[in-house]
Amino acid sequence: MKLIVAIVKPFRLDDVKERLKGLGVHGMTVAEAQGFGRQRGHTEVYRGAEYQVDFIPKMRIELAVLDDQVADVVEAIIDAARTSSIGDGKIWIQPLEELIRIRTGERGPDAL
Amino acid sequence: MQAIDTTWVLVSAALVLFMTPGLALFYGGMVRSKNVLAVMMNNFIAMGVVSVLWALVGCSLVFGHDVGHGLIGNFSLAGLGGMAHGLAGFNHSGASPMAIVTFQMMFAVVTAALISGGTTDRIKFPAFVLFIALWLFLVYIPLAHWVFSPDGWLAHRGVLDFAGGTVVEINSGFSTLAIVLVLGRRRGWPSEGMAPHSVPLSLLGVGILWFGWFGFNAGSALGMNSVAVYAFINTALAAAAGLLGWLCFERFRENFPTSLGAASGAVAGLVAITPCAGFVTPMASLAIGVLAGVICAMAVRLKFRLRYDDSLDVLGVHGVGGLIGMVLLGLFATRSVNRAGANGLFTGGGIHLLSVEVLAAVVTMGFSFTVTWLIAKAIDRTVGLRVSPEDEFRGLDLTQHAESAYSIGGMGRIGS
Repeated sequence: MKLIVAIVKPFRLDDVKERLKGLGVHGMTVAEAQGFGRQRGHTEVYRGAEYQVDFIPKMRIELAVLDDQVADVVEAIIDAARTSSIGDGKIWIQPLEELIRIRTGERGPDAL
Repeated sequence: MQAIDTTWVLVSAALVLFMTPGLALFYGGMVRSKNVLAVMMNNFIAMGVVSVLWALVGCSLVFGHDVGHGLIGNFSLAGLGGMAHGLAGFNHSGASPMAIVTFQMMFAVVTAALISGGTTDRIKFPAFVLFIALWLFLVYIPLAHWVFSPDGWLAHRGVLDFAGGTVVEINSGFSTLAIVLVLGRRRGWPSEGMAPHSVPLSLLGVGILWFGWFGFNAGSALGMNSVAVYAFINTALAAAAGLLGWLCFERFRENFPTSLGAASGAVAGLVAITPCAGFVTPMASLAIGVLAGVICAMAVRLKFRLRYDDSLDVLGVHGVGGLIGMVLLGLFATRSVNRAGANGLFTGGGIHLLSVEVLAAVVTMGFSFTVTWLIAKAIDRTVGLRVSPEDEFRGLDLTQHAESAYSIGGMGRIGS
């Protein structure tokens, strides 16, 4: 199993979610995050004091998937989240050692 | 005594009192969320402490029988008594003496509250409480007697100050400068970002201040008459002109007109018109407002160059705005608006009014700064003015008041 973490622009979240549903991905965890890569932040001004804000709001999506689902899921995320402008985000894939469903105690692929 | 006059003064008293929670919102929105309750608490504690002290002895020291030379009143009105035969010097007003002193109480409250705008994010709460008590007696009350009491020595010299350009505005501005110099800069200022956490809160606060200011200025006519009506429209126009003036400055000097700038500009206009409200024409109010908007917008940028941390620009808006108002009053005052006033330089009165207005401004600046500085130093050497660096980092809401404005860390559980 793998843990896929995708950092995407917040307004792409709905599209990503719908594409993944279409693939049969049953769940995900989403969190608000801030980050930057090559995208520049913005400037705010309050009574003449300029505040340079480097961080940009993003959404962090985490999914647990089977190894053979990874390629399709990654392609779906890229397709849904890409806007072709700087700041589209990144995906990274981590090995997932164990997965447990709290309600039933199921482990491994049964817990997906 | 006329019921209509007393009614208007009481309504105005309520409007002025409302300005202090409005100020709390204005200030609260501009600080970081970990310190919002603390600055609002400073405003509320002023409502508590100053009201009580005013009723006990403050009112008497300002409006009681003068002990000599127009320096201070006596205890003839202590406990808000002694007004059965009227209020000396105010018998021309149709409002009841009790209504007048109640109205004046709200001025003392808001002036003390204003100082909290400079000391945000780092002042110890007990020190602030002690400070405003001492400051009330040693700074506000003498100044109020000198200007607002007809027996006061500045009033005797013909100083005109309709609603407190000296006593409230210049006083709060320069008192704040004094205490922030003793208090020191916030850790990390100005390099670390300390942006407002809620501009909407601040805008709401300014709306309340604007509304309440009608009581502050028009109520100072101490009755329902043509001067009150002039003061009302002058207040409205100066606020509007101040807003536009500040915005123009921002748009043309810094490319973005900001909502906080619009709100601040309105306040600057309101501050500047405060001494002038019942003495000038509506057109003069436009000029006064726009000048205040532009000049105060420039003044608040100055603190970064001069490196003093007046967090929320009490000096830049209230101090400088008050100075602008007093000087412009010396130019624009006209007896055609208020027969009990005088004519200024532009209205055929020559230089005399301008000279006494400048005198009053200078006296107020020097007195409020010096005595406040001494009070601040004394408190700092004994009780200590400032919180520890760690408390400053954790935030005043938690460390001074055991509260969290927005429960960012979760709700926790009741009980140990």
